Amino acid sequence: MRPQFLRGFWKLTWLETKIFVREPMGFVGALVMPLLVFIVFGRAFGASKPVTAPKVDIPFNVAILAAVLIAISAVQSLVAIISIYREGGILKRLRSTPLSPVTIMGAQVAVKLVFTVISLTLLMLAGRRLFPGVLQVNVFSFTVAVLLGTFSILSLGFVIASLVPTARFAQVISAAVLYPMLALSGLFFPVDRFPRALRAFAYLLPTTHAVALLQGVWDGSGWGAHWVNVAALLVLFAVYTALSTKVFRWE
Amino acid sequence: MIPVIAVSNLGKRYGRTVAVDDVSLEVFEGEIFGLIGPNGAGKTTTMECVEGNRVPDKGTISVLGLDPRRDANALRQRIGVQHQEAQLQKRIKVWEAVDLWRSLYPRVVDSDTLLERLGLEAKRDAWFMTLSGGQKQRLFIALALIHEPEVVFLDELTTGLDPQARRAIWSLVTGIRGRGTTVFLTTHLMEEAEKLCDRVAIIEHGRIIELGTPEELVQKHCPERTVVFTSDDTSVAERLQGLGTVERAEGSGATYTIRGAGDDFVTDVINIIAREGIRVRGFRTEIPTLEDVFLKLTGHGIRD
Repeated sequence: MRPQFLRGFWKLTWLETKIFVREPMGFVGALVMPLLVFIVFGRAFGASKPVTAPKVDIPFNVAILAAVLIAISAVQSLVAIISIYREGGILKRLRSTPLSPVTIMGAQVAVKLVFTVISLTLLMLAGRRLFPGVLQVNVFSFTVAVLLGTFSILSLGFVIASLVPTARFAQVISAAVLYPMLALSGLFFPVDRFPRALRAFAYLLPTTHAVALLQGVWDGSGWGAHWVNVAALLVLFAVYTALSTKVFRWE
Repeated sequence: MIPVIAVSNLGKRYGRTVAVDDVSLEVFEGEIFGLIGPNGAGKTTTMECVEGNRVPDKGTISVLGLDPRRDANALRQRIGVQHQEAQLQKRIKVWEAVDLWRSLYPRVVDSDTLLERLGLEAKRDAWFMTLSGGQKQRLFIALALIHEPEVVFLDELTTGLDPQARRAIWSLVTGIRGRGTTVFLTTHLMEEAEKLCDRVAIIEHGRIIELGTPEELVQKHCPERTVVFTSDDTSVAERLQGLGTVERAEGSGATYTIRGAGDDFVTDVINIIAREGIRVRGFRTEIPTLEDVFLKLTGHGIRD
């Protein structure tokens, strides 16, 4: 017998992918924006650096910023879709079919992961072309790290989606939560130099660990050196998922 | 006869608000049963508890011999549900929705035949957001019927539709019953209930206040009948007063209003007119409707 979870899963995932592509704004936000950030910032930083500076530093943080932006835009899009679906009663309608709740949510997550991978691929291709010889990172390892981070941030997205009252607030609230998280992630200021309380708080956020892991993968220190971050991402994922199943509202 | 749906002493509250106080009812195979009442009376909550989409606080429910909560998965295969105000993805195409729904059930009807039956064949490739209100409702009905369910639940399905679209939906619903499917619907439109339902239950403040066929309810609560006719004869009012089942005869100018009660009243008036040789130029009868019954039982009209 087919597992209950798979009934309708591929069909729904494919359907949601098509629907997502039909929405011009969501499509642009997911694919074009992070790429644009990468190219514009990459160029700007590249131009301002003295020629003698080690070249590897130039698109280094920018690539990670773009990768985290990809994850964040996936989360924002997920929060928006879930709140719109809830407000429009679409979740309620799907819920009263034989589709299992896990399938309904799983399909949305799958769509986000597909676009995260596509977006990352575009990023890599742009990087190869615009900054030749600089992107020496293990592409597979980097992709897995981004997906792991995305998963963890997505589970936080579910908590936000559960608490956001209306679709109108979804965009605002998710931005208000996600961008400060980005600021605290260590991408712009080293987390070690934060005041004690703020540092402790930063370590409770998935973005901080995602950035640390990506930096590790990027500079070659590898997964072994960052097992704490991997564990933290998994634990946060479990905690947020458990929390969202408690507080999630279908209508 | 074993009922398809049996509800006894159902109760449901949201916080301190009592949505359903105490509801008991039975729905039999092949009938269109209507739960009617104003908004906020507990219609939707009752229906959602019966569908298994809401957990009641008290009472027992059986649908096709199953418990809607415990046997939710088995029941979903045998019932079709149309929710009030639940939409679909804006940019989903009609055929895609039908295709998704078809993939979820083991035994399904042919999608082309179904779309044709509901007058949606020309809209196969249209996005959901481009459909009119009536087309959306017809699509929802199509989705509710895709697995040939034994019972269909239709919640306020013509609210917000224009009269023409409403009539089209009514004939569809009658057609569903024609195929042997039991229909459980809610409406706050008395005309809709009167046209469609074999039996109705009037619900107010979470309680069923009356239950029966529309004719029974009208007969029981509003037996009064009125005949209005025009005649040049000036002594009509006096001549009709107190005859047969006539209770009151009034005339102003050429128009006379005769009131009485019971099934024989209209026949009585016709007989008297014939016997007395009164020349009548116009004649009509006013028979109370479910709306009048509702007004009488609740003390207020139904509000949108």
